[in-house]
Amino acid sequence: MRTLRMIAVGALLHAKQLSRSPFEIATALIVPVVQATLAVYLFRAGGEPGRLLEAAVGAGLMGVWSSVLFGSGGAIQNQRWQGTLEMIMLAPRPPALVVLPITLATALTGTYAMLATLAWGRLLYGIPLTFADPLAFAVAVPGCIIGLGMFGLLLASTFVLLRNANALTNTLEYPIWLVSGMLVPITALPGWTGPIAAVLPTTWGARAVREATTGSGPTWPSLGICLAISLACLALGAIMMTHVERRARAAATLALA
Amino acid sequence: MSEHAIEAVGLRRTYRSRTGWLRPQRREVEAVRGVDLTVDNGELFGLLGPNGAGKTTTIKLLNTLLIPTAGEARICGFDVVRQTREVRRRIGYVFGGDRGLYDRLSARDNLRYFAELYGVPGREQKRRIAELLDLVRLTGRESDRVEGYSRGMRQRLHIARGLLHRPRVLFLDEPSIGVDPVAARELRQTVADLAATGTTVLLTTHYMAEADELCGRIAVIANGTIQALGTPAELRHHADGRQVLEVEAYGVGDAKLAVIHALPGVREASVVVTGAAQVLTVQSDAGVDVQADVLRALDGVRLGRVTARQPTLEDAYVAIVNRVDAQARPVEAVAA
Ligand SMILES: Nc1ncnc2c1ncn2[C@@H]1O[C@H](COP(=O)(O)OP(=O)(O)O)[C@@H](O)[C@H]1O
Ligand SMILES: [Mg+2]
Repeated sequence: MRTLRMIAVGALLHAKQLSRSPFEIATALIVPVVQATLAVYLFRAGGEPGRLLEAAVGAGLMGVWSSVLFGSGGAIQNQRWQGTLEMIMLAPRPPALVVLPITLATALTGTYAMLATLAWGRLLYGIPLTFADPLAFAVAVPGCIIGLGMFGLLLASTFVLLRNANALTNTLEYPIWLVSGMLVPITALPGWTGPIAAVLPTTWGARAVREATTGSGPTWPSLGICLAISLACLALGAIMMTHVERRARAAATLALA
Repeated sequence: MSEHAIEAVGLRRTYRSRTGWLRPQRREVEAVRGVDLTVDNGELFGLLGPNGAGKTTTIKLLNTLLIPTAGEARICGFDVVRQTREVRRRIGYVFGGDRGLYDRLSARDNLRYFAELYGVPGREQKRRIAELLDLVRLTGRESDRVEGYSRGMRQRLHIARGLLHRPRVLFLDEPSIGVDPVAARELRQTVADLAATGTTVLLTTHYMAEADELCGRIAVIANGTIQALGTPAELRHHADGRQVLEVEAYGVGDAKLAVIHALPGVREASVVVTGAAQVLTVQSDAGVDVQADVLRALDGVRLGRVTARQPTLEDAYVAIVNRVDAQARPVEAVAA
């Protein structure tokens, strides 16, 4: 219970800190408009105006993913630059629990992009916000956010070990949008992407959210799989994080040298 | 349960780093080379030394942020490498400078976050945070974002954060660095109050006066090893048998200083700039009158007041630290 509260308070306060950055604010103002526009024109061009809402939701999910990828992938480095990494690592807790609130916060701030994309879609292009299963949508989105936050922990611990993490981050953004079927249905992609898609929590999260939006499926199985894979990522991330912390204490990389 | 708050035996730490890009070089720095320390419960202990002496490294070895290359350390009887969590529950860490806080959050949010992280029980948090804001005189500004705080305010918030979980041992790494004199005095008062309530404090500083005012015992560290350890009164003895000559001057260069240093009977010679003038301080053996020689060496330099005086603790510190300067520097470059 106390641990859960720590995670919740931590995630909220980190989200507060993140959302007040001038860069974040500028991104938050511009990106959703671009995404809404992108979604609308992509699908209008495709002659499927009935699927505008689905497209807007997909575009919103891309926003969540970008936020998690850049925010969580660079979480450790960001804390180091701020000089807060040592202070949080000094907490008498497993390192994974210290970093998890941060990666959850990156997913949480990404949610804003999702909501804003829907709002702009409604405002600028009159996309009707009629969800096939509003309740399932209201559960699937937070579920998907938590899942991505847990996946973020794995990203955070992996990327900190990689020398060229920045380059990797940039190259991963679009492929994962695509492969997870956030914008284009998976069925439209080449067959070899299938196995990759199947193990990514983003695929199942996007699918759950789409099912709730369009009623094309029962939502809950997909959401369940998304959370199960995310939990596995969390466990793996936690093991890696313990290793990373120990290594950092040996190599003196917790502080900026 | 050990009766000592801090125990360190043969503590060593070598930093290995790679520099250069086209022709990478491996650099090894022996920052701490065999430190032995015992600090009792409730002591206010000072670790005093010049920049680069190994103070921060020593503190980080003791507070679990760094793993020692060799040696062992215990905090309240718990090993800093094997019983990390037990150690972390009992320690607070505060470092000087203005980083290490969440700038876009308020002081209260910063404290709330760290209270959760450091395991302060929920029902105690509100009271504890209010209490600490009061202690560090930030009450009234607690809702403002930290980015608008002065350096002194940030430093005080750091201290409040370090005390949230009522640590038994508090590590203070140069807390008064970059803080104005008034704020520094208030800070020293806060530290003294803390020690009075039974918290063990390990304070590092490079200001002799600060250590003298606050600490019961002082270890002088230079070049990664402890050069002298004792009460301020005991350390003063390191300047026994010496006398000090202070000369106000305008334009003493390195060459002149070297000449003075080489005069018979002279043990130390240094120049400090104060405003427009320089103050040349010469330590010499008590039996030798060097004044005439020194003034002759300064021929052609405009001089102000000349004073002969007994050595102070500051002079003892200079004597201890300079004894080491003659020895080898800690950096060894090895081609990769
Ligand atoms: N992360 C690091 N990597 C390499 N060298 C370091 C690192 N941190 C400190 N040093 C070196 O170790 C020595 C001791 O540094 P430090 O413990 O910070 O001294 P102090 O706190 O007394 O100024 C210095 O020579 C410093 O340059
Ligand atoms: Mg230091």
